[in-house]
Amino acid sequence: MTGRSTYHDYHPRWLRPRMSTYWWLGRRPYVVFILREISSVFVAWFVLYLLMLVRAVSRGAGAYGDFLDWSARPAVLLLNLVSAFFIVFHGITWLSLAPKAMVVQLRGKRVPPALIAGANYAALVVASVLVAWLLLGGR
Amino acid sequence: MAKRQIEPLLWLLFSAGGVLSALLMPSLVLLFGLAFPLHWLHEPAYARLLGVLRHPLTRLALVALCTLSLFHWAHRFRYTLYDGLQIKHLNEIVNTLCYGGAIAGSLAAAYLLVRL
Repeated sequence: MTGRSTYHDYHPRWLRPRMSTYWWLGRRPYVVFILREISSVFVAWFVLYLLMLVRAVSRGAGAYGDFLDWSARPAVLLLNLVSAFFIVFHGITWLSLAPKAMVVQLRGKRVPPALIAGANYAALVVASVLVAWLLLGGR
Repeated sequence: MAKRQIEPLLWLLFSAGGVLSALLMPSLVLLFGLAFPLHWLHEPAYARLLGVLRHPLTRLALVALCTLSLFHWAHRFRYTLYDGLQIKHLNEIVNTLCYGGAIAGSLAAAYLLVRL
């Protein structure tokens, strides 16, 4: 792949069959692939949601209360319900795919993929417990 | 050519954001997105939440989470449009909007969490 391709007279026509926009609807693994890709949109939405929360907290207790009321509106709840589904889906698929992307060798032997995925899930549990403890603990 | 040299960095940001969002977001979205609004659990009191958010480690973790997750989105969404929906003729605009959005969001996150 160097630079732009050049076109000139009598160049043979490229054989490039046009793919349908909906090529991924045909088979289950393709649909799952696209759903994983789409999860990133909800990850981005949740970043915005977190930043709105941070901004509300920085503006005082009243603004925090307003944010909580807003977050209980049906439209926002619905969006967050869908987001929760996609974010959990992203989390599970990402952590279980990691050993396929990352082959770890230890003393010349491959660390079993299940062990890496297991360590990832352990990290997820630790992170979740930490978040819950920070927000809910010590009452 | 500059684009080719930056590509490995973009993949690195994509995967770092993938890991951070996979670890931290499920609990956060279940709590702030569902459990608190639906009153399954008591939301944290204002003073407590402010204290947690103002801790330097929380600020650092949240800036990292927001920044890397946004670059994760930018990179993945760009390829979703390219491969999934076959939108190839708008490449330049899509790239500018995705990475530009990620940069803008990261700056907003840093601003909000430093000023807090």
